Amino acid sequence: MATLSAPARTEPAHAKKAAPKRGTDTPFKRRLPLLPALLFVVAVTQLPFVLTVFYSFQSWNLVRPGSRHFVGLQNYLDVFADSTFLGALLNTVVLTVICVFFSLLLGLGLAILLDRKFLGRGVVRTLLITPFLILPAAGALLWKTTMFDPTYGLLHNAIGTDVDWLSEFPLAAVMAQVVWQWTPFMMLLILAGLQSQPKDVLEAASVDGAGRWRTFTAITLPHLSRFLQLATLLGAIYIVNSFDAIFLMTQGGPGTASTNLPFYIYQRAFQGFDIGQSSAMGVIVVILTMIVATFALRLMFRTFSVQGGAK
Amino acid sequence: MKGRFGAGALTVATWVIAILFVFPLLWMILTAFKQEADAYTDPPRLFFSPTLDQFAGVLERGFLPYLSNSAFVTVVSTLFVLLLGIPAAYALSLAPVKGTSNALGFFLSTKMLPIVAAIIPLYVISQNTRLLDNVWALIILYTSMNLPLAIWMMRSFFLEVPHEMIEAGRIDGATLPVLLRKIIMPVVAPGVAATALICVIFSWTEFFYSVNLTAARAGTVPVFLVGFITSEGLYWAQLSAAALLASLPVMIVGWIAQNHLVRGLSMGAVK
Repeated sequence: MATLSAPARTEPAHAKKAAPKRGTDTPFKRRLPLLPALLFVVAVTQLPFVLTVFYSFQSWNLVRPGSRHFVGLQNYLDVFADSTFLGALLNTVVLTVICVFFSLLLGLGLAILLDRKFLGRGVVRTLLITPFLILPAAGALLWKTTMFDPTYGLLHNAIGTDVDWLSEFPLAAVMAQVVWQWTPFMMLLILAGLQSQPKDVLEAASVDGAGRWRTFTAITLPHLSRFLQLATLLGAIYIVNSFDAIFLMTQGGPGTASTNLPFYIYQRAFQGFDIGQSSAMGVIVVILTMIVATFALRLMFRTFSVQGGAK
Repeated sequence: MKGRFGAGALTVATWVIAILFVFPLLWMILTAFKQEADAYTDPPRLFFSPTLDQFAGVLERGFLPYLSNSAFVTVVSTLFVLLLGIPAAYALSLAPVKGTSNALGFFLSTKMLPIVAAIIPLYVISQNTRLLDNVWALIILYTSMNLPLAIWMMRSFFLEVPHEMIEAGRIDGATLPVLLRKIIMPVVAPGVAATALICVIFSWTEFFYSVNLTAARAGTVPVFLVGFITSEGLYWAQLSAAALLASLPVMIVGWIAQNHLVRGLSMGAVK
């Protein structure tokens, strides 16, 4: 606001502002309100990444002061020869794909249940969004202790096994928590989609004698596709960066069984103090993200136009 | 369609599923009021004499400084987001110029950049500028984290301001500040408030930057919770109380903002 009002307030009586046309300001003046935000975001999000690229060409370990020197592509060669990195890459893909899929599916189911009038609907919706609102750190610790504990955990009591979920199925346990946390997010987006359906089309389908399933597959799903794509894309952007659950529930273990890329980079940087190599991993992650994001966006838009054409 | 009985059964089923889904959370609330001895029983104990001991224990463990750090970081970064974001959202909606869509695309793309790729230089920079374990480092980072989202969201609210109202104001000779104050802000104020609440949620729950860049002095609430992993298995009741206290502010904000949550989460794409 300050940037907007400051220049104009000095000339309140000027008649030039009264002109009905919008083009009276110079282009620069009209871009001015945008500049502070733009410069700030560029400085805080882009400059560090430039430094990451710079660091990635150096051998630099904080434990060995004075050892910093330029090594070209050596860090990248080391990273690709590192089987833990490749395992973490695989875990990241598995975790993202499975979590997005299941939270989308559960979210769809819950959204369909909520898309009708019933007693206490507002309360149920409020209940269902709450797992998304608690601190992810609190959710992760909660699942680690009260859900997965082999002796006193709720799962032990519900199913009656003594399985130590976190050491026998670490990645699946982490994924269960992530799905629980992200299902409300998917549910909300899909519910918005369901509620934006044109009522007259649904009524027409009902009049024409279409059953519920037929109406769902022929009308609702095509209408929802845009919302499902958006939910998938946004969910994937956040879930691919999952760190809290792994850090708090398994520490990437046992061994490296549940290590994903964000956690592995964190480990190399903050426990191994290897700035050069962890920077190289960061650069690789960004490149992979860019490739996947581009392809995912294209694929989704193509699916969308095919379904839209069939409607 | 199946008559009253079918609808009733579906309602009951919906309630049962919802309660099962949030059961871990309900259990946490229950456990927070237990003595530690009541928290470890096989089978789990549903009835017990409730106590506030665990909440007292959490405060004794030094929870309040973390809470005040969280509050300070959240409030100040949200104010910065509004300060930078409102003019930007205005420029990108009501007064667009060439390159507007590029700027919008750029803001969106920053959300796709994995934060882990920037953490190393951020750590090194913080160390060299004495911003390590300093709340201002988090304020700067949370502002940039929320700004793209806030601009997209507020832009979608700004676009709803009727064009005729602005034109009429212009013809009457209103200057830009007057236009903003008298015509635009009254229409978009609820949207700006909703945006602020969304920013509060994301700042309050942020974990990665906080854990890596702060410690005892500037640590936020999630950092306090990390203290419980070393003492696993011994303090379930106290952990539950801490998790509840840490989450309560943002739960309340989320419940208040729930009608706008979708718009925030989709960056303004879905109303």
